[in-house]
Amino acid sequence: MATATAKAQPVTERQYQGRVHERSRQLMSAWMGELGRAEGENQATGALMISGNCVELLRACHVLPMFPEVTALQNAIRHKSLPLILKAEQAGYSSDNCAYVKADIGLFLDGGMGPGKPVPFPTIVVCNYVGCNVYVKWFEHLADISGARLFMLDVPFARTDSPSPEDVRYVVSQLEELIALCESVTGRRFDIDELREILAYAARAEDGYARCKHLTKHRPAPFDSYFDSINMMGPINVLRGTREAAEFFEEAVAEFEGLVGGGLGPLSEERFRTVIEGPPPYPYYRSFRNLFTRWGAVAVQSTYSTVGGIWEFGFRKDPRRPLESIAEQMLRENLTNRSIVARYGQIKRYVEEWEADALVIHSIKSCRLFSAGQGDMRDYFTRELGVPTLMVESDLEDPRYYAEAQIKNRIDAFFESLEHKKMLAGAR
Amino acid sequence: MNAETVLEHCRALVGEPLGTVAERWKTEHPGSRAVAVYPVWAPAELIHAAGMLPLGLLGGGTSVELTHADARFQSFVCSIAKSTLELGFQGLVKGVDGFVFSNICDVARNLGSLYKRNFTDAFVEYLHLPQNSTSPAVAGYMAAELRRLAIGFEHAFELPVTDTALEKSIETYDALRSRLRALYAFRIEEPQKLSTTELYVVQRAATLAPPDESLAWLDTLLAELPLRAARPRDRLRVVVEGAFCEQPPLGLLEVLEEAGCYVVEDDLLLGWRWFTADVNGDGDPFTRLGRAYVDRAVPSSTRHESRVHRADGLIEKVRRSRAGAVVFMPAKFCEPALFDYVLMKQGLDRAGIPHLLVEFEEKMWTFERTRNEIETFVESMLFD
Repeated sequence: MATATAKAQPVTERQYQGRVHERSRQLMSAWMGELGRAEGENQATGALMISGNCVELLRACHVLPMFPEVTALQNAIRHKSLPLILKAEQAGYSSDNCAYVKADIGLFLDGGMGPGKPVPFPTIVVCNYVGCNVYVKWFEHLADISGARLFMLDVPFARTDSPSPEDVRYVVSQLEELIALCESVTGRRFDIDELREILAYAARAEDGYARCKHLTKHRPAPFDSYFDSINMMGPINVLRGTREAAEFFEEAVAEFEGLVGGGLGPLSEERFRTVIEGPPPYPYYRSFRNLFTRWGAVAVQSTYSTVGGIWEFGFRKDPRRPLESIAEQMLRENLTNRSIVARYGQIKRYVEEWEADALVIHSIKSCRLFSAGQGDMRDYFTRELGVPTLMVESDLEDPRYYAEAQIKNRIDAFFESLEHKKMLAGAR
Repeated sequence: MNAETVLEHCRALVGEPLGTVAERWKTEHPGSRAVAVYPVWAPAELIHAAGMLPLGLLGGGTSVELTHADARFQSFVCSIAKSTLELGFQGLVKGVDGFVFSNICDVARNLGSLYKRNFTDAFVEYLHLPQNSTSPAVAGYMAAELRRLAIGFEHAFELPVTDTALEKSIETYDALRSRLRALYAFRIEEPQKLSTTELYVVQRAATLAPPDESLAWLDTLLAELPLRAARPRDRLRVVVEGAFCEQPPLGLLEVLEEAGCYVVEDDLLLGWRWFTADVNGDGDPFTRLGRAYVDRAVPSSTRHESRVHRADGLIEKVRRSRAGAVVFMPAKFCEPALFDYVLMKQGLDRAGIPHLLVEFEEKMWTFERTRNEIETFVESMLFD
């Protein structure tokens, strides 16, 4: 019956591949090109993690940021992750370890990372420990294989309503130590005014990203805030602090506003508005998206798009308080440094303010930070708030955990039931 | 009590539900409270200094059947997190007034949040223990974090932690840890006189008793165990590594020894003997305790130490205990242990130290396959 319903009123994708998509690709390719040339040009590089990162500081220190997570997800989306994961498992990594890490270490073991390789070793490894404990292990291992100096930037987890003065002081103090390390690596003196300028660009990008995300409150939403947000997550998390990223988001706002004005969304019809929780299954990104498209389901908000920072609720970098402002983003203004229960509050706001019909939880094995306890989340939204909630399981990097038929059955059954409820509500 | 009755008493205590232990303490100490801490380390001194009973929150082992937690945690989550949550849902920790969790792993982090949301009658606090071991700012941060916990106790229970009381508690726990270190040193010298199951049970019981009581048991054991009649056997001396959080079943520890090993070092209940030397000294006790967490800590998979390579701590343990091999014993799904396994394994390979990997779950109850693996390993070493 599910298939019959979907076939009776087919929803098609508008094949939106606009300026945002194209420009994002260009900017990210340019950054990767810089990384590829870094070794030959003697350019210092610094490995960072995406979550609540301090990319502006590395930029101000003339250290080119590199993100192992981006490399790992690109390998997954290009269907190259499994052989790398298997290499790592042969070397002793457990099948129960985060597959992002295994794909990264596997890349080294496979000869794809290191001096003279497509992905260079970083000059320094800056472990921005923002919530995710696996980050600590990942960067310990990366430092071990590369021989690069590891800087542990310990960010206290958000366990009070707002960070304490001691929390902020602790992080700022470590940022100052990181500046000193960067100066010793590059031989260049740090200029606080340059950081202020970079933060002003960052604030422009943050503002643009937030405005884009608020545009999905319109019906139809001009883009899918889960599947299409990836086009913006690169520029906001990797290139934040550059003029190009600031301008990119201004262009994005203009383009999405145009779509809103024209009443256009990513699908031919927006039947269901969802909030999606959890990272996507990168090895099956397109297939997974198609399972929602056929039901006319569009994500109007997603938690994954806030791992780097949460800007839609108003936080912006403040060039007048440069280090404190960076510390605040790391401590509080990102998803990963908040508790899973605080995430319930974020999702609840999304459901209410973005007027979503349902919550979809994509639970992944690799990232326990995201997933451990999502059964409780489902219980909270279903039983306590009465929000229809679907939970499906796979992985963000390891294709072995994606069972298409099983996931499709669950998605079909869920939307079929949701459609039935809507029909009954309409009849009343 | 003599050594044998101490061991018997400890075995009985370990079999009691946490809630029962807490209720008994509160009956005997009207107005007091009981606060349980999740592995690996938590400042038991602070709980004790507030006049409360510190307890170890160590999961349900084989004693609890999951009826609620499986719906909250997925299949790829470790057993101790699930059974700890189940203890709450089944009311088996009723009587325990507070729970303290910390950032040992992502699952423990989320478990703490779920406890706070689902068990609203209890005081639940989450500590962020520093992962930066070298920053000049870390001592100040850590002291502030410990003070925050103390203030939390005062607000929740109206039981303040004074500097004087904390100094006294640090002294008490220093004494307890020094006895445990002595017991471990004794086992290195005469492993035939103290089995690992016995040592484990005594330590585990110490997580359920006031420290003064545990001190008396340990003194008895230290005085009497050397007099035990036991002949050294031809066994493989091993270090057990990786079981620092989820508790291995006693049957597994027994099998390890029955299969031909003397366990001469381990990281079982590591947090209760965290410091390599006494914490006591001069100055603010919160700062001293915080400083010790960073500077006098045993090597652990849950704390980053940039001054020493992860494998070096283990190799030092092997050398110091004159062990012939390492048995890695990580809990199923334990990311910190499983990640560290790779770096430590590589280090052992470089140092020429043999090793074996044996995964476990707290709820496992058949050990024959494990026995075969260990026996084969031991035989290959002893008859090489």
